[in-house]
Amino acid sequence: MIKDQEYLKSKASYCLDLAKKLGVTDASVTVGNSISETVSFRNKVLDESNRSDSLAVSIDTYLGKKKSSISSSNLLEENLKILIEKCFETTKITPEDEFNSLPDKELLAKNVKDLNLYDQSHIENEKKIDYLKELEEIASIDNKIINTESGFTENKSNFILANSDGFCNGYKSSSFTASCVAVAKDDNSMERDYEFTSKCHLNDISNPLELGKIAAEQTIKKLSPKKIGSDKLSIIFDKRISKGFLSSFAGAISASSIARGTSFLKDKLNQQIFSNSINVIDKPDLIKGMGSKCFDSEGVKTDTLKLVSNGILNNYLVDTYNGKKLNLKSNGRCGGSTNLYFENGNIDFDNLLKSHSKILYVTETIGHGANLVTGDYSVGATGFLVEDGKFKYPVNEITIAGNFKEMFKNITLANDLEFKYSVNSPTMMIDGMTVAGK
Amino acid sequence: MSNFFDKSDLTRKDVDEIVSDTLKNCDDGELYFEDSKSESIVLDDNKIKSSNYSSDLGFGFRAISDEVVAYSHSNEISKDSLKNSAKSLQSTLKSIKGIYNHEIPKTNNKFYDDINPIEQKTLDAKLEVLNKVNDYLRKKDSTVKQVTASFSGEKKSIEIIRSGGEALTDVRPLIRFNVSVMLEKNGRKETGVYGIGGRQSYDDYLKNDNWKNVCEEALRIASVNLDSKPAPAGEMKVVLGPGWPAILIHEAIGHGLEGDFNRKKTSAFHDLMGQKVASEGVTIVDDGTIDKRRGSLTIDDEGTPTERTVLIENGILKNFMQDRLNARLMNTKSTGSGRRESYKHIVLPRMRNTMMLSGKQTQDEMIKSVDKGIFAVSFGGGQVDITSGKFVFNCTEAYEINNGKIGSPIKGATLIGDGPSILKEVSMVGNDMMMDPGIGTCGKAGQGVPVGVAQPSILIDKMTVGGTKL
Repeated sequence: MIKDQEYLKSKASYCLDLAKKLGVTDASVTVGNSISETVSFRNKVLDESNRSDSLAVSIDTYLGKKKSSISSSNLLEENLKILIEKCFETTKITPEDEFNSLPDKELLAKNVKDLNLYDQSHIENEKKIDYLKELEEIASIDNKIINTESGFTENKSNFILANSDGFCNGYKSSSFTASCVAVAKDDNSMERDYEFTSKCHLNDISNPLELGKIAAEQTIKKLSPKKIGSDKLSIIFDKRISKGFLSSFAGAISASSIARGTSFLKDKLNQQIFSNSINVIDKPDLIKGMGSKCFDSEGVKTDTLKLVSNGILNNYLVDTYNGKKLNLKSNGRCGGSTNLYFENGNIDFDNLLKSHSKILYVTETIGHGANLVTGDYSVGATGFLVEDGKFKYPVNEITIAGNFKEMFKNITLANDLEFKYSVNSPTMMIDGMTVAGK
Repeated sequence: MSNFFDKSDLTRKDVDEIVSDTLKNCDDGELYFEDSKSESIVLDDNKIKSSNYSSDLGFGFRAISDEVVAYSHSNEISKDSLKNSAKSLQSTLKSIKGIYNHEIPKTNNKFYDDINPIEQKTLDAKLEVLNKVNDYLRKKDSTVKQVTASFSGEKKSIEIIRSGGEALTDVRPLIRFNVSVMLEKNGRKETGVYGIGGRQSYDDYLKNDNWKNVCEEALRIASVNLDSKPAPAGEMKVVLGPGWPAILIHEAIGHGLEGDFNRKKTSAFHDLMGQKVASEGVTIVDDGTIDKRRGSLTIDDEGTPTERTVLIENGILKNFMQDRLNARLMNTKSTGSGRRESYKHIVLPRMRNTMMLSGKQTQDEMIKSVDKGIFAVSFGGGQVDITSGKFVFNCTEAYEINNGKIGSPIKGATLIGDGPSILKEVSMVGNDMMMDPGIGTCGKAGQGVPVGVAQPSILIDKMTVGGTKL
């Protein structure tokens, strides 16, 4: 069983009391417990079961403007005492930093909404096995599929965040995730693809038949890929890839990148950075949202932010420390964005496919080719060549490259937004990128 | 030796009994204890930004029957907790009738000392070095706009308890010192990153003011990039410099030769054993036994002593890298490649220090032979799709080559290739093999482990360069 709020609170207050007794001026403690159970299948038989139970505590101690932190998984009082003493000793000899402080008291979350993030249902491993059997049965029906791997994870978490200004709050959350990876083979090639579903509530996850079918179909479609020639092309990014641009964007507008001057979006507040049809929202209070948060990792309240309206950048993602550096108030984004999404565009998926006679449709990228300092972007890609709105053949061993500054201004979004992950985007087209191939 | 349960209600006898009882009908398995102490001290934006200390103690209990692995881990060290884990394993492996494999090779070798690098240098002394780095770089060049410097250190003690009470232990120090610098000139920003590290004390790496060399290298890479022009796009010849660019070997070949993907036949290499997969003259080994290197281990995370495994010899595929599970199922022996990030993770076959050995040619000869191509010296990271064999890696310092001469620096770009065929495109192997500076971390199935790479300069006849200039 997952540890309850009372247990976590008692550990947190033990740490705070001890730190205060030692003479710290401020302190903040997070205590969390997470239990997860995974069952994995391969080729229709049980492959692995994995149970994990982790407790963790992390403590920041302040002495005026000096700060240091410790973390541990060992919650025995004897161990905590040693660690807090060590932390305080370290704090004493750490240089001052004028921007170190707990969050402003008036910004701390007061009313914590119930966002329905916890489903107490427990799905026994036997039931997980039934789900995966059904899933792999469907996924392996086509004889081109030579290998299937699938997994089902149930996770339950609980945490308490407490600080010496009296903040003490936390809540439970849960997630249920199922995934399937299929490998297909023909005379020319071997390919892999996947599908997964992840929700806070058990009843909301996709059914196994749907999941297995999609994974297999997507994999088979990739067989016998061709390499295309180098060219400037319009590229359509499948939803599972287009959301990645939002994650890069979130990294580039984090107050820490801005304060350090290491973002290509520094000094771009109130300027046009996307084409004027683009709106980006970060909404923390989505019911059952995969990225929903009642407060950020410092306890600061979170409000919905319209980060970009009509292409203009309105906000950075601000935490207390970097906010003070930039002379901005925290907007409750210590730890990053919450439920981040592009609002729908005006064109439907089919018409987007037909918008140019030749389009590269990208379903997967590999490599870490996004440079947030310069905005340069270059990654490996696989996908399909689309001609006159029709999928012609699979493509691989190519790269796609551009620079975010120009790419962001050449985005066209379809109207097919869904809330599947914590970051979500409709299908996206970007014009004018370079494809390197043969 | 570390006493993992002396503060709990467990005795060694209890532990041995629970382990032996749980694993008696299994084919393999063990109880793994881990006690890790780690620190990270970061200077950023002219200030000591963070100073973190972390202490983690826990166990992972594994039972294997045929192909099925049951795993349970916890950071609560107590009789109840261990019994709960045992129960969880037994519930997965219901009707089993295996014969426990007691065989595990022994070793007297040790590739690093039992030290705690964190305690071997005072916090004050570490802060002093970080401040010196910051001052040195900012004074040295007025285009320096941001400096980040960090120390990270770890002491990880492990004990593996097998059925029948056999216990194997290891104490593993690991450090890394890193400098990142951002320059800004005429509105253009570029970064340069360099680091050093391995399984010794901080001071072993920092003697003779070696931190200055790390600063210079980071600064040099950033300066080169300030003058870089757009990279070309398309297929061309590529000369790779020695050392760290061997992440090409790691991505293109290494992952595809890990036992699990080959047992499952999902690797592009699974049916190529004994066949020619590389040009003549190409020999690649994975070596866990190099003294004090980042990827070295005295024993792996299953207790098997590490070794020098020949993967490709003179172009022919010779061996896969194996942990105990995959070795048993493929009817071979573990190569001491069973690794895990921590007690929270299952064991997988992983790389250690992956190296392409020296050949006879010089880097000069390679450059001179290229009419149009690129010369790549420094890299960020890479990634591979094991099944299709396609891999990428990102250049962070590269130059164009025109008519046998090195030309202007080019912007960072991704290079993409096909693992099973790329080594057949290697037409020259240099005589200048070099190890990387000790900074690599390899990710697989969500687990990061420290690794090393090495190679001489090589000439690849055809690779796709992912620039923007057609």
